[in-house]
Amino acid sequence: MAEIRLQGITKIFDKKVRAVDEVDLTIADQEFMVLLGPSGCGKTTLMRMIAGLEYPEYGRVSIGNRDVTDLPPRRRDISMVFQSYAVFPHLTVFDNVAFGLRMKNVTKAEIKRRVEGAAELVQLGPYLERYPAQLSGGQRQRVAVARAIVMEPAVLLMDEPLSNLDALLRLNFRAELKRLVGELKTTTIYVTHDQVEAMSLGDRIAVMREGRIVQCGTPMEIYDRPATQFVGSFIGSPPMNFLRGRIERSNGHVQVGLGDQTLTAPSTLAGRSAGEVLVGIRAENIEAEAAPAAGAIAARTEVVEPLGSHLLVTAAVGDQRLKIQARTDFPAQPDAPLWLRPEPDKLRWFDPESGQELDAR
Amino acid sequence: MKGQRLGWAPYALLLPSLAFLAVFFAAPMVQAFGLAFQNDAGNWSLESWRTMFADAQFREALVTTLVLIVILIPVQFVLAMAMALVINARLKWSGFWLYIYAIPLGISELAAGIIWFVIFTQQGWLNSILQGLGILDRPYIFLNYQNPAWLIFAVVLAEAWRATSIIMIILVAGLQGIPRDFFEAADVFGATSWQKVRRVILPMLRPSVQVALILRTILAFQAFAVVIALAGGGLTVLSSEAYRWYSDYRNSHVAAAYAGFILMLSVVSTVLFLWLLPVREEQQG
Ligand SMILES: Nc1ncnc2c1ncn2[C@@H]1O[C@H](COP(=O)(O)OP(=O)(O)OP(=O)(O)O)[C@@H](O)[C@H]1O
Ligand SMILES: [Mg+2]
Repeated sequence: MAEIRLQGITKIFDKKVRAVDEVDLTIADQEFMVLLGPSGCGKTTLMRMIAGLEYPEYGRVSIGNRDVTDLPPRRRDISMVFQSYAVFPHLTVFDNVAFGLRMKNVTKAEIKRRVEGAAELVQLGPYLERYPAQLSGGQRQRVAVARAIVMEPAVLLMDEPLSNLDALLRLNFRAELKRLVGELKTTTIYVTHDQVEAMSLGDRIAVMREGRIVQCGTPMEIYDRPATQFVGSFIGSPPMNFLRGRIERSNGHVQVGLGDQTLTAPSTLAGRSAGEVLVGIRAENIEAEAAPAAGAIAARTEVVEPLGSHLLVTAAVGDQRLKIQARTDFPAQPDAPLWLRPEPDKLRWFDPESGQELDAR
Repeated sequence: MKGQRLGWAPYALLLPSLAFLAVFFAAPMVQAFGLAFQNDAGNWSLESWRTMFADAQFREALVTTLVLIVILIPVQFVLAMAMALVINARLKWSGFWLYIYAIPLGISELAAGIIWFVIFTQQGWLNSILQGLGILDRPYIFLNYQNPAWLIFAVVLAEAWRATSIIMIILVAGLQGIPRDFFEAADVFGATSWQKVRRVILPMLRPSVQVALILRTILAFQAFAVVIALAGGGLTVLSSEAYRWYSDYRNSHVAAAYAGFILMLSVVSTVLFLWLLPVREEQQG
């Protein structure tokens, strides 16, 4: 049982930089939690506080019902994969993987058994006697992973473990990692700024921005119901489209005006005093039509990008731009008119000032 | 720049330092060896070496030099390592400590010897303090011909004070070249402070350790001014013998033989350190 509970964790650097700002987060036993956010949002700092490499100014960290805030890393039953790998250059692969076990005075036979087991898992078997300098980047990365998992820790921490690999290696290793961690059944925290990695690996994702967690949920929840405009535009490729509109009332219906066109809006928006609203919609939730259709919005094609599986069309509605995913047989032409039909239940509504999602369900 | 032809420029840039080394180091060294292998008449002979080995003071000088080295190097090394770790921990004031530690580096060998002489002499600070505290009722003569242990102790103290920081500087430079992630990995994987030093820091610092040991040992073989200042004639080391033969006996041949002997010991110790602490390419980051 290693549930991680963070309560009001705050880290302040140099008396003013609030790198992590009052974070509350509970990670269930055996859960795979991804910390996702843009560079400098405090992901690494938060993870380092869980590891004990950084001491929080405020707040408590507990692992498995034990308050570990004041304990050094080695007494927290954690292990970590560093972004830089930090594989010891003076030790062979075997000795690197065995490092943590030796520190815990595990017997020689047991060390041999466990190191060889871990090496097998990450397919390093033939390289045990080599030095890290004699390995490729991907192999070194595996050494770092093997060194962490061989400890059978209560908590496994990984800081952007794939960021130094090339694109193809990264894709392969991502799947391997998912299988590996699934078998280990340890509580895992994984830091990344790559949203695809986060979606593919996480049981849940905590999206961070400027030291705070702005949303925490399953990948589908986060993708489908971003809590803020920031989350919607950070997750997904292309990011969610946002259109600015004006709330209007006409004969009992609530509508949102986009230039001289309108979009039907849920009646719950009527509660808001007339004003502006942001409409969010994902590229794949808009149907493109080549001919005018009832309820469709007129737009103009600007750019067409064939991406193999679909077309990515950039269209303009009035002076606002949005991206649409269209079938490859859609007759898209730059400068040609097209008509857009958004799926009504996929429309999301945001406050244009705060960027918060408006509850329109 | 790679692949581009550099022509004569690099050689021209090297020329001044090469000329300097040739005129002030290589030529005198060849000359000294020449002197050591000649007799007064100017013929080739091993006479001065025989004189040196047969000299009553030779054994004493060699033993004292070796004893100094055997005590000094480990003591200085442990101290320097501790100081370097303090600096590298980047605590508050670590810059301040670096400057304090480095002060003795700016003091000449002879001046350092005199400072410690002033402390240990009959009317020195140490005696004044001990008397002031009522521990002694009359001055104790620390630096006494009859008491070589005290003399060696004083020399070790003065040398450690004077030259530990040069080792420290080399170690600090080495430590700063090691990314902090390695230390943190050691923390995460359960190493205690001592295990971290032994299993991670020392092995990764090996190139610096090697340089520091070699440099310090060579300098210790040449120890001279501190010994003269503190012990006068009460303690003799190899280089003071070279000096004595040159200035008292006016025999530059035997003096040169001593100098040659010191050089050979330095070479042997260097080779020994290179062999004991090999820096292997594949073990470097
Ligand atoms: N030791 C430090 N001293 C001062 N400021 C720091 C320190 N470490 C981090 N910071 C600051 O804290 C903020 C968060 O840094 P952190 O490394 O946690 O970001 P990150 O989310 O991991 O970013 P990246 O994706 O680039 O790794 C940044 O503004 C950074 O400049
Ligand atoms: Mg980071």
